[in-house]
Amino acid sequence: MREVAIIGAGMTKFGRSEIGLIELMSEASIRALDDASLGDLRVDAVYVPNMGAARLNRQTAIASALVDRLNLFPAMAEAVENGPASGASAVKNGFQAIASGMADLVLVTGGERMRAVNNLEATDFVASLSHPQAEYIYGVTLPALAGMFTRLYMERYGVTARHLALVAVKNHANALDNPYAHIQQRITLEGILTAPEAVVNNPYIADPLRLYDCCPVSDGAASLVLASREIAEKLGRPVVRIAGIGQATDTHAVHERPDPTELTAVRLAAQKAFGMAGITPQDIDVAELHDAFTILEIAESEEAGFFRKGEGHVAVEEGVTSRTGTLPINPSGGLKAKGHPVGATGVAQLVELTWQLRGEAGERQVEGAKSAFACNFGGFGNNVVATVLRRED
Amino acid sequence: MGNIDELEALLRPPAMEMPPYPPKVITLASGERMVVRQIDRDEVPILLKAIAPLLWVERDFYDIVAARLFGELLAYKRYRVKDEYCLVGLIDGVLAGIVNGRLVDEEVGMSYHTITIRRGLRVGSHMFAAKMEYHMEILGQKEVLIVAESPIGFRRWMIEYPLEKKFEVPHELGGVPSWTLTRETYFKAKPRLVSGRRPVPPELLEKARTITLPAEETVKAQVLGEKGEGT
Repeated sequence: MREVAIIGAGMTKFGRSEIGLIELMSEASIRALDDASLGDLRVDAVYVPNMGAARLNRQTAIASALVDRLNLFPAMAEAVENGPASGASAVKNGFQAIASGMADLVLVTGGERMRAVNNLEATDFVASLSHPQAEYIYGVTLPALAGMFTRLYMERYGVTARHLALVAVKNHANALDNPYAHIQQRITLEGILTAPEAVVNNPYIADPLRLYDCCPVSDGAASLVLASREIAEKLGRPVVRIAGIGQATDTHAVHERPDPTELTAVRLAAQKAFGMAGITPQDIDVAELHDAFTILEIAESEEAGFFRKGEGHVAVEEGVTSRTGTLPINPSGGLKAKGHPVGATGVAQLVELTWQLRGEAGERQVEGAKSAFACNFGGFGNNVVATVLRRED
Repeated sequence: MGNIDELEALLRPPAMEMPPYPPKVITLASGERMVVRQIDRDEVPILLKAIAPLLWVERDFYDIVAARLFGELLAYKRYRVKDEYCLVGLIDGVLAGIVNGRLVDEEVGMSYHTITIRRGLRVGSHMFAAKMEYHMEILGQKEVLIVAESPIGFRRWMIEYPLEKKFEVPHELGGVPSWTLTRETYFKAKPRLVSGRRPVPPELLEKARTITLPAEETVKAQVLGEKGEGT
C-alpha cells in the first residue's frame, strides 16, 4: 500500500453564505489547489462529500458540477454521502485511491449549504438520518437523541451542566482566533450558566442540553489535496501523512445498543486508526473531535482512548483539553463554534489539523504538534471515521 | 407665533400619562452587562444615525425594520405619534439594541419594532422582553398587539412566548393580522424570557447615560453576520 500525504488544504469561512453550493466548494478547492502548488500535474480523482444538496439546494450530481466548474476534466469524480461523517469518508476514499495506485493526486472537497432553508427544515433534514420507524416517526431529532444521551451520561458518570458549559466556553474562546469560524463570540460561565439571566441567554433546547451546548447550522466548504508520498516529496511540500484511518459502524437505532452511553463505533474506529498508524492515543498532540453537542466532545475523548471512560469531563475541568493543556481538543473552535456544514465537517477537521501540523494555525497554534487525531461522527454514532495525521520532516 | 403654536397643538395627538420604564441591567452570555433604559426625545437623532446605514441592508429584513423604525422615532421626536416610547440596550454605553411601541389606549399596547445592533447574544430577545415588561408590569396593560416582519421575529415572539392569534385586528404595521400577548401568557413566559436586575449600579447607569454608536463598519459586520451571528 502506498503512503498518502495531504499536500494542500483550504476552506471557506463557515457561517451563512450568499453564494451557491458549487461556488462555495469551488472557493475552498481553489484555496487547497493553490496551497498544493501542483504546477503541471493534474488531479486524477475528485471526491465530494455532501449530505443534503438534493434536498436543501435541489442539486444532484454535484461532483460533476464541481469538476466542470474547476475545469478538472477528465478526472474521475463522485459524491460521497455518509451523513455527518461524509467528509472523512470521502478522505478515506481518496486515501484508498492513492494507496491502491489507482490515482496519484486526489481532490476532496466537502460542502454544505444548510441555511438555504429555515431552521425547522434544517433540523428535520438532519433528523432524517435517524431510524425511520424507531426514531424519526416519533419526532426524534438529533438534539433530542443527544439530550437523552447526555442525561444518561450525567447520571452514570457525574457529568454536570458546568462541565458541558466549560466545553462550550473553551471552544468559543478557541474560535475567536479562527478567522474561518462561524461563531466568533466569547461566552462566559457566568453568562451561560450561573447568572440569573442565563436561563434566557442559554435556553433549553433538549433538556439537559441548552443553546450553547449545540452547534450552529452552517454553510461552508473545506478541501484537501491528497497525493502519493513520492509526489509530495517531489513538490517539496511539508509532508503531513495520513498515518491511519479507521471506520466502524453501530446500530441505526440508538436504543438497540446494549449500553447507549457506549460509542462503540468511535472506540473501534479510533483503535483501527491508531493500529494502522502504529501509535497510541498518548502520542497525540492535538485533536479535533465531533462536538455537534458538548457532551460528544467529552464522550469521544474517552472512547478514542485519551481518557478513561467517565473521566473526560474531569480532563475538561482540569484544563487538559484547553489550548495550553497537554491534549488540546478542538483548537479550531470545533463544530460548536467553528460551525457544522455537515458534508464539509470531516474535511474541515483535517484542514485544521494539517495547518496545526505544519505550524500554520496562527494564534491558535498548538506548539510543536507532530501527531493529530480527528473523529468524524456520523448518525448518532452509527458510522464513525477516525483519522491519524503525522508530520514527517 | 401664537397661531403656529395653536396649529401645532392641533397636529399633535393627545398624550396619556405614562410612568417611565425603570432601567435594569442584564448580564449577557458574554458576561458583558447591558443596561436597558428609556430614552427621551432629545436622544432620537443619535438613534437615527445608528439606523440609517441599515436602511439598505436586505439581510433578515433589516431594511424594512430600519425604515419603519426611522419613521416611528422621527414621529416620536416631532410629536406625530400617540403615546410612543423607546427603550435602548447599551453595553458600556455603546448601542446594542432598540425597541419601541405605543399605547392604543390604557389597556392595549401596540408593539412596533425590535432591532439588534449587537447580534449573537440574544440582545433582541432581551429587548423585546423588556418592552413587554413595560406594557404589562409598569403600564399595567391587558394585552399587546404584535406582528413580526422577519422569520427571526416570528420565532422569537410568536413561537417562543407563544403569542395568540388575534387576526380580526389589523396591526398598524401594514395592516397585517395581529397576534396578542395577554397578561396570562406574559406571566407564564416571564421566568424563561424576562430577566434583568434593578436597581442598576450607579457606575453602570452613569456609563449608559450617553449613547455611543459603534463604528458603522462594525455595525454592518455584526448585522451581516460576520461576527457573533448564528446562535
